[in-house]
Amino acid sequence: MRLLEGHNLSLSLGGRPILKQVDLSLAKGEMLGLIGPNGAGKTTLLRLLAGLVMPDEGRLQLEQQPYHAIDVESRAKKIAYLSQSGTAHWPLTVERLIELGRIPHLGSWQKPNQQDEVIIRDIMLQTDTQHLKERSFDTLSGGERARVLLARALVTEPDILLADEPVAALDPAHQLDVMALLQRHCSGGGSVVVVLHDLSLATHYCHRLQLLLEGAVVAVGSAVEVLTESNLKLAYQITARPALSTSRLFPLNWQKIED
Amino acid sequence: MNKLSQKHLLQLFTLLLAALTVSSLFVGSNPIPIVQALLESFSDDPSIFAIILTEVRLPRTLIAVIVGATLGASGAAMQGLLRNPLASPGLIGSASGAALGAVIVLYFGLVSLFSLALPLGGIIGSLFATLLVYLLSGRQAGTVTLILAGVAVNALTLAMISLLLNLAPSPYAVQEIVLWMLGSLANHSLDDLWVMLPGTLLGWALLLGCGRKLDALTLGEETAQSMGINLFRLRWRVFLAVALAVGSAISVTGSIGFIGLVVPHLLRPLVGYQPGRLMTVSALGGAILLLAADISVRLLPGSTEINVGVITSLVGAPFFLYLILKTRRYQL
Repeated sequence: MRLLEGHNLSLSLGGRPILKQVDLSLAKGEMLGLIGPNGAGKTTLLRLLAGLVMPDEGRLQLEQQPYHAIDVESRAKKIAYLSQSGTAHWPLTVERLIELGRIPHLGSWQKPNQQDEVIIRDIMLQTDTQHLKERSFDTLSGGERARVLLARALVTEPDILLADEPVAALDPAHQLDVMALLQRHCSGGGSVVVVLHDLSLATHYCHRLQLLLEGAVVAVGSAVEVLTESNLKLAYQITARPALSTSRLFPLNWQKIED
Repeated sequence: MNKLSQKHLLQLFTLLLAALTVSSLFVGSNPIPIVQALLESFSDDPSIFAIILTEVRLPRTLIAVIVGATLGASGAAMQGLLRNPLASPGLIGSASGAALGAVIVLYFGLVSLFSLALPLGGIIGSLFATLLVYLLSGRQAGTVTLILAGVAVNALTLAMISLLLNLAPSPYAVQEIVLWMLGSLANHSLDDLWVMLPGTLLGWALLLGCGRKLDALTLGEETAQSMGINLFRLRWRVFLAVALAVGSAISVTGSIGFIGLVVPHLLRPLVGYQPGRLMTVSALGGAILLLAADISVRLLPGSTEINVGVITSLVGAPFFLYLILKTRRYQL
């Protein structure tokens, strides 16, 4: 069953077309990678899926229901959005900040109960943030912040996680950690749409890739289908170096040391 | 800060407020036997002491508590909404707008027509000025833009108040308006309390329940929206609540500045920087601070009592300068 489905999505901002007749679909348990050069409309597409902007044209459905027919509160329980420039405006402690992710499930007066606490603790373990829990957010390093903000999105326990360049600020090991977390979310029955610039990570972790260029979909499918010589040239003006693409397209050049 | 000490903080503040409230009844230009006054106030023929207690000190104390709590909670809500530690009813126009609205009502003598004219003028003026600042500074306003817009609107309201003073029919009217503008809790009756109460209570009620949403705003507007917060509705709710509460309060007492700026700022670290929790604590803190200021005004020697609005500004303005210097380091 298609969890998320978009047809013919178009959007102009300030008279400039940002998205042109984009189709998109996401299945349960799937990780979809949005790739493309800067300014291709990846972030705008993600914001569209998050319900932050409405398409000028086209149809967007969550579980066969059009977006506008679902109230924002119940949508917020199902879709979590991790923005690229995520920040905290007040120096909350890490634990309090991650706890904010439970807000969609709580009423105005409800406090997080024991079940919420269990979820929060579990996610903090997974994201390797529990040792930071008393630290205030503004004292964290870039990598720690990224993990804390990801944890915030994960404690929502969303069906769909929309992540905009979640690995941009991270060192190689933590990049792998974050991608593994997204993968785990998918194997647990969740779905992920992730914007990535790293084609190796995209190839390795995503089930399908969708290549955008100037607001339009150039290709969608498996990495082999999408990252063809001609597509790479068209979208990025690059070509894969032969030495690196012998066994597999865009292999990962490193892995974590298991201890 | 763990939950236990959070509870303790609220208890401590409540106790402190209660203690100040009681001592406020004892302090005045003339010493009165409180117990005797209290007993007599229930009799058919109350003594002069009983009258002083129930018609001078009691309204004064209650008004201080309500106005202080209003300013504290409104400041906390505004700072949370705009995610800016410099936002406060005084700086973003809510207070000066209320002052202008009230002065217009005073000038045209509308109070004699119906008693709620004063708070109504305050509410409308407050809402108008706040919205003007908000529109001027734009949605993603940084500290500087917001303060500048506030300065502009404050200047405009002040100019209009000056114009009204200029055109005032008699020196007596001028004096009345000027004295009102200095902000005082003295010489208010219980009637004044009833006049300000509907607006302030309605404003408080609207602010209650915003806490969770303001917490979510910590993560930025887009993320908060993706968490199911209707930003448009939240903004209007806070603006309306602040206008109702501050407009009603300020229109009765006159300008009392800086409580809404100083109190949330001082208390924020004690609640782990959480905007939601800050509102309740700031309401208590605002009431405590204003009541303490008003008691100290009464204790100061001298034949002319200094208006409490003057005191809060004298203390608050340097604090504001300190905040600017502190903020400048990493925000501008």
